[in-house]
Amino acid sequence: MIFLTIGTQEPFDRLIKTVDNLAGQYKNYRFVAQVNSSKYEIKNMEYFDFISPHEFDHIFKESKLIISHAGMGTIISALTNKKPLIIMPRLANLGEHRNDHQIATAKKIKELGYVYVALDEAELAANINNLLTQSEIPIKKEIGSFASEKLTSSIRNYLDEI
Amino acid sequence: MKKLIAIASVGGHWVQLLRLRPAFLDFNVIYVSTHKNLKETVNDKTFYLVTDANRWDKIKLLICFWEVLKIMVKEKPDAVITTGAAPGLCGIIIARFIGIKSIWVDSIANVEELSLSGKIALKFANKVYTQWPEVSDSKVLYFGNVLS
Repeated sequence: MIFLTIGTQEPFDRLIKTVDNLAGQYKNYRFVAQVNSSKYEIKNMEYFDFISPHEFDHIFKESKLIISHAGMGTIISALTNKKPLIIMPRLANLGEHRNDHQIATAKKIKELGYVYVALDEAELAANINNLLTQSEIPIKKEIGSFASEKLTSSIRNYLDEI
Repeated sequence: MKKLIAIASVGGHWVQLLRLRPAFLDFNVIYVSTHKNLKETVNDKTFYLVTDANRWDKIKLLICFWEVLKIMVKEKPDAVITTGAAPGLCGIIIARFIGIKSIWVDSIANVEELSLSGKIALKFANKVYTQWPEVSDSKVLYFGNVLS
């Protein structure tokens, strides 16, 4: 299974369309998409709007590859679940987000090598074509269950003063 | 046990808030978020649902502020912590006016500068953390990030 998730914000039809086209080419894979308020008519994928966190986890764990917007929720879920993820940032001038912070996030994530990153549709399609030739897609990094100890102990120390 | 209200909008904000849980061990934590399904991720804790808002929708923002205010009046927390966005900012502002401590942890998504909400939070919160060393300064703390 290949899982596409666009998060809980604005529509992201550019990403959905690119992946839907790929789904048409890869009939041997089951493509499942979490989308919301999409105008684009999906032809080659199963899709739904919002599912419970538990169902989301289940689909996540069953997937060979996750494709998503450059949202930290999905990025962190992929890292903790040790699943390969490729992200594409939303652009503000196309109405995909309120500002362009996802470009900066995506570039930083790429620089630090956390997950696979594509900055546009062509790069995304090329990357996915490449990743799907591998029987098991390697993950780039994994993380633990909590924030850095330095951060949580700084917050805890401050809260303890109360 | 002292009470902590922990607020985050659905999505990345919420995921980041839950990763800070080792910091809350000494507190009775009350969670506040914007999607009802998130209750199942903190099933043994008190969970309140509030309206999702942003600064382009002033009416929803007012409703959200009112809802957070009602929760804080009812629960009488000792402190507030949030990873954003709008509902968390409401909590920070209310904390200032009722005289309790508050902490803003800016989302890791803001790699170049503090979020707009974070910049407002700077005026009201006792502590503001960024997750990137480049963004920190004399008022904005950096102690690592939620990825570890």
